[in-house]
Amino acid sequence: MSRDADMTMFAAAGAAGKAAPTGQGIPERESARTSSYSVVSRPGGGLVGRIIPVRMYAGRSRVMLERSLLTTRTIKWTLISGFFEPLFYLLAMGAGMGSLIGTVEGPTGPVAYAAFIAPGLLATSAMNGAVFDSTTNVFFKLRYAKTYDAMLATSLGPVDVALGEIGWALGRGATYAVTFEIVMLAMGLVHSPWAILAVPAAVLIALGFAAIGMAVCTFLKTLQHLDWVTMSLLPMFLLSTTFFPLSVYPRAAQIVVEAMPLYHGIEMVRALTLGAVDWSMAGHVAYFLAMAVVGVWVTSRRLEKLLLT
Amino acid sequence: MTAEGVETIIAARGLTKSFRVKGGETVHAVRGVDVTVCRGEAFGFLGPNGAGKSTTMRMVACTSPRTGGELTILGRDPDTDGVAIRDRLGVVPQQDNLDEDLTVRENLYIYARYFGYPRAYCRAKAAELVEFAQLTDKAEARVSQLSGGMQRRLTIARALVNDPDVLLLDEPTTGLDPQARHVLWDRLFRLKQSGVTLVLTTHYMDEAEQLCDRLVVMDGGLIAAEGSPAELIAQYSTREVVELRFTPGEQAAAEDAAAALAARVEVLPDRLLLYTDDGDETLAAVTAAGIAPLSALVRRSTLEDVFLRLTGRSLVD
Repeated sequence: MSRDADMTMFAAAGAAGKAAPTGQGIPERESARTSSYSVVSRPGGGLVGRIIPVRMYAGRSRVMLERSLLTTRTIKWTLISGFFEPLFYLLAMGAGMGSLIGTVEGPTGPVAYAAFIAPGLLATSAMNGAVFDSTTNVFFKLRYAKTYDAMLATSLGPVDVALGEIGWALGRGATYAVTFEIVMLAMGLVHSPWAILAVPAAVLIALGFAAIGMAVCTFLKTLQHLDWVTMSLLPMFLLSTTFFPLSVYPRAAQIVVEAMPLYHGIEMVRALTLGAVDWSMAGHVAYFLAMAVVGVWVTSRRLEKLLLT
Repeated sequence: MTAEGVETIIAARGLTKSFRVKGGETVHAVRGVDVTVCRGEAFGFLGPNGAGKSTTMRMVACTSPRTGGELTILGRDPDTDGVAIRDRLGVVPQQDNLDEDLTVRENLYIYARYFGYPRAYCRAKAAELVEFAQLTDKAEARVSQLSGGMQRRLTIARALVNDPDVLLLDEPTTGLDPQARHVLWDRLFRLKQSGVTLVLTTHYMDEAEQLCDRLVVMDGGLIAAEGSPAELIAQYSTREVVELRFTPGEQAAAEDAAAALAARVEVLPDRLLLYTDDGDETLAAVTAAGIAPLSALVRRSTLEDVFLRLTGRSLVD
């Protein structure tokens, strides 16, 4: 009896779904077999749900974050190490080499070398956290553990998976950035109240890198390819005005550096912590928003192609 | 929907699936399959590796779009309503893809969360299914600490988190020892009794005979025959089989003499199979004819014999 009733509900919901194909995710379902819970809640897709077809998106990417949180026990040391890396750079380069260098010419005039490189390291820590998660971790789950195959056998869609994983990578990058900024504050390297906006800026940097990182990851086939990602990040970290200003380069090299995403992240954060905010910020923000949109779109399409064939 | 046993859960007409592999060649994995599965049935796809069973299952599971033909699952089209259909399916893939980063209990909990149920409900469901999978002692253990049979039971339990209308099982007991297989069959039989529609693929004839009300025999991407195990045996084989085992190579010498004694004879590398309605009588005739095998056995026909008749090949190589 209960099963028949359930089927009737399903059929009715199906008819309603056809009448309104814009898709509020899955119809709410009275579950006769879940006696203590009369209605099973199904959050709708909101704005995104109206744009993306129902077969791609169930509006439930936050359960992906819940899974990631459950796994933190296993990976806690990896998580902690990501915080120390930029801190060691700050101590070695900022305090150590900084004592030899003295001041450098920043956007607001001469600043202590440590105060010049700290925002660069903050942007880099947001990038590293996001990229590590969205490449190495996602690669393993995609190619070896088949975690996403299991997820896509449920009523989750590839967009839920993409948004959930990008969201987690973003959260990780942002957490590193926030802790790093607290260290900067304690070391007296924050020169402007604008610096409070370095946190949302770091979130934006993490979002852009997480989205592009995961999109790139869907094209990687072997562990060797992962090394290429690491190899391309290192020169970007060293050369994107992290340790010296853009003015040291000849114009041709400047153009190359200006095309790099990390350059925009570093300049954005540096302007905030040193208090040199102007309209160029809009350009940096736009760069990362574009990365995020392209990354999410490519990732969703690729996941569908790889997993739903 | 009210008449018993006629509500159609899965309907496929001329279903095909082709893959383009690198180099431009196209592989036709499924070449035109017609099946109808009704509510409460246990339906099987029997066939050797590469017959197109798993590909068909993936299309039914809405994780692989069809190339051609019609497919309706729970009254909906997977091409447009995949998410809604998957909401009502339980899927047991050929290879366990449990979450290695999580414990047994967490695997069940988070899988229920993927379906959008509230947290408290998922916790209760996980507790219930830990019992079902007989993994109470291992509830807080990592997946990697479980034996193959335990992992398989957990995968089946995981497929039940959404109380599915249909449970799809792709080779549920491949690679398990006999004892673990029997435990699984017992669990699956209980599910069937509780009204869940089971759809399974297998290349084990005993599994198909144990679990399936009705099955199709697949070969080369097509359906070779359809019916209940008993019907198929009645239609494509005889009641009994006399198996004569020889030193490999010597069975050919006895072939002509044996052919006169049975309705049909199959020649295998080391055996002759004599299809007959009375095995004992035929065996007596074999002895009288002076055929001297190493050993002789009279047994009932199985789906293996049906498959041999239909395709000329054994099920398990």
